[in-house]
Amino acid sequence: MRGEARALPSAVSAVPQRSGSGGSAGRAGGRRGRARPEAGPAAAAGALRSRRGAHRAGTAPSPPQRGAAPGPRHTSRPTARPPGRPPAPRRRGARCPAERLYLRRPAMEQGPSGGSGPAAAAAGTGGLLLPLSETEQQRYSELFSRCCPPPEAAAGGSSVGELFRASQLPPDTLHQITEVCGAKRVGYFGPAQFYIALKLIAAAQSGFPVRIESIKNELPLPRFMALKNDTEVRYGTPAEFHGVKFQGPHGTLEKNSYKRADEGDKQEPKSPPMSPICSPPASPSTYQRIPLSYGYGKARSGLEQQHGAPYEVRHSTHQQDGPSSGNYGAKSALTCSTPNRSLSVEREQQDSNTQYSDDPWRITEEQRDYYINQFRSLQPDLNAFISGSVAKNFFTKSKLPIPELSHIWELSDVDCDGALTLPEFCAAFHLVVARKNGYQLPETLPETLLPEYLQAACLKPLRDCALFDSYSEPLPSTQQTRDFTRAEKSSAEEVPDNSALLQDGKKDDKQALKVSTTLKTIPKEFQHLTVKAAAQEPNALRARPRSRSYSSTSIEDAMKKGEEPPTPPPRPQKSHSRASSLDLNKIFQQNTQAVRSGWLPPPPPALPPRPSVSQTEQPSEVELHPQMNRPPSQAEENSSAKKEVVLAQPPSKPARRKLRTEAQGLETPELSPTINVTSSLPAVKPHLPVQKQSSKQKRAIQTAIRKNKEANAVLARLNSELQQQLKEVHKERIALETQLEQLRPVTVL
Amino acid sequence: MVLLPREQLCSRGAAAWGGALLGTEMVNQLWQQQCDSFCSQNYPLYIRSVPTENELKFHYTVHTSLDVVDEKISAMGKALVDQRELYLGLLYPTEDYKVYGYVTNSKVKFVMVVDSSNTALRDNEIRSMFRKLHNSYTDIMCNPFYNPGDRIHSRAFDTMVNSMMMQVC
Repeated sequence: MRGEARALPSAVSAVPQRSGSGGSAGRAGGRRGRARPEAGPAAAAGALRSRRGAHRAGTAPSPPQRGAAPGPRHTSRPTARPPGRPPAPRRRGARCPAERLYLRRPAMEQGPSGGSGPAAAAAGTGGLLLPLSETEQQRYSELFSRCCPPPEAAAGGSSVGELFRASQLPPDTLHQITEVCGAKRVGYFGPAQFYIALKLIAAAQSGFPVRIESIKNELPLPRFMALKNDTEVRYGTPAEFHGVKFQGPHGTLEKNSYKRADEGDKQEPKSPPMSPICSPPASPSTYQRIPLSYGYGKARSGLEQQHGAPYEVRHSTHQQDGPSSGNYGAKSALTCSTPNRSLSVEREQQDSNTQYSDDPWRITEEQRDYYINQFRSLQPDLNAFISGSVAKNFFTKSKLPIPELSHIWELSDVDCDGALTLPEFCAAFHLVVARKNGYQLPETLPETLLPEYLQAACLKPLRDCALFDSYSEPLPSTQQTRDFTRAEKSSAEEVPDNSALLQDGKKDDKQALKVSTTLKTIPKEFQHLTVKAAAQEPNALRARPRSRSYSSTSIEDAMKKGEEPPTPPPRPQKSHSRASSLDLNKIFQQNTQAVRSGWLPPPPPALPPRPSVSQTEQPSEVELHPQMNRPPSQAEENSSAKKEVVLAQPPSKPARRKLRTEAQGLETPELSPTINVTSSLPAVKPHLPVQKQSSKQKRAIQTAIRKNKEANAVLARLNSELQQQLKEVHKERIALETQLEQLRPVTVL
Repeated sequence: MVLLPREQLCSRGAAAWGGALLGTEMVNQLWQQQCDSFCSQNYPLYIRSVPTENELKFHYTVHTSLDVVDEKISAMGKALVDQRELYLGLLYPTEDYKVYGYVTNSKVKFVMVVDSSNTALRDNEIRSMFRKLHNSYTDIMCNPFYNPGDRIHSRAFDTMVNSMMMQVC
């Protein structure tokens, strides 16, 4: 009575909820999306049923179970009885929760028996509709179809067991799930049980206790470690945790009620919520295997999945081999992060959902880790490049058409150097993943795939090498899950698919082996890849050659090139030890930027500037910088230096020159007077006598400065032109060599 | 742009018009420009025309200009090949249009047909256009999925050519 009384109010309250779910249920799987908001005629029926169910639920379930938000749930649960329940009430009841899951599914892909049943059940269930998103529905149906051939009503125990094992939940959890979903009770894994179990797996993977109520929340899709498939197994957990409502007791209660309805075996479902550890009583024989192989670290907490990748589901059940998971060795660490991630997913689901839909081009942490691992397999040094041929072989394995791969390469090879850095590789891999998952390739590289954008993110995990760090990543987990699932799927394709092939489980095994061997050979091939200091550096370096602004293609340039070897790139602004006037600084800056090969024979490369050199150091500085051939500037500098104490960063060259000439008595005669003058500069104070001399020389020096500036400008222009020409020639050479390579085997000569 | 192949490369015997054709005709009738790029065997790798009417006529023009390019190449190439200028200049002026040529060191030829009425198109602009084409072509070559000698289907290349032609138009 009490239960009933309780149930009634809850039933009332549950009506609105249930109506939503009932309505969806009524749709018999035609509608996707959250059933709750939908009201429908079934709601009323559901309400009635809920009352009944609540009654039942009230009798058995323990108060705490009901406590949490059980009221409506309870009522809803019991209403899971489909109106047109066939004469196997117990079965239906057991399935009801799962059947409700079918509500959203557009097509009842479950076994034939489940087809109508679940639909009907769904129609009737109302309350406890486990909100199944489209992706969930797809995935669950795929999983179910994989585990259970269509003609059968129940999933094969062995396949289900494998699938559950692939979820990498501890055996106890799996037992609980088995109990909760009712399979144990009914002795088989019908569609309802299967779906409930999947949902429970998702909940467990997300950190929720194995209870029926946890199913009510929007959970990410259950993740199944791909024993064979790496990525496909991961069913992203769609951020369904909107407002995680831990219906908690409701779920269990409802489930319990259901089960009880069948056999009054409510204790079992309750047991999980009550005590997480319940040794599964007579679990179906199939499940007895479950506890055996939970050794897999959760490879990925890849949670989201945006699109129900059908092949993912199918493959997951066939993953018998763990080798594919071996590819994700690093992923094992992910398992630890999984619970955290699931929690974060929970919180961020709202955001992630939007992010998912908004930005499929964002690479999740798991995806990035996967990409990095793949990069490592091709090129152990993460800061080096993957050459074009290596990358071509690798991406060709994804079985995308060559034009698409070519386009992906165009998009991802930002600096067009024929090689992929790690960020470029991640972007390319992500594009392949997306394409594999049905996304159309963009015309331009999305912002989130730009190398600069990825570099910051890529370098982090590289350094840390700890998956936990991924949590610190800004990317929301939801995105990660979403992209991750995609990546997983694609990675299954990409990685040659040792996993992908395994997924199909048919012919692919051979291919997978081939692919895996190919992959293994790849690293050997590319051991010789040059290592570059940093990914950014190569980009920067490559960016430079890319600047193709050919000044001219005439022979003149070639001649010029030969005559005047390009001077080294302008050195960074050299600071003058002496405090030179601002004018001098500007002048020197201009000069330093220009090619200095001007009017003097190519001077040796200038030494790096000395930022704040004290006056005493000035002479040494000068000597160290022999290149200064700017007597005019020096003169000016000297004069200015005389006046100022140089602690700023005026170009040191002129000053140095002056000092050096002073010391060596070299350089232009103009310098000598200035040098003499400047020699006195170190002593800042005795400026006056020097000033007089310098003033005379100043004029001469200034004219010389002007001339030098002009010459410098001309030479700078010439140098830049020559450099560009050189780059162009290099490129042509590369193209030519490539063509020669192509032609060589065909040459009939 | 027509890129004439080197003699050695031509030894394949595929005397047919290989080469990439880039034909671009200016939309504006006052302008007619066609860019073609030919590979070594003189079959077109890429061809684009802006205004697409009379396209065949421009294709024919480009093909015929290949002979001129070959002639220029052979004339210059006998000496120091390295000193040969990549930009061949005006190949074949007719009353209706002008044909400019450009050849890379890998004997890929670019041929551009421009409407003669477009007097604003100076030589420097033509040179810069050829340079851009050459740069884009080099970028394409860097793509490992591109086999030299294939037709060019690069979207980046198309974008560049279209923008260039639109700009000249």
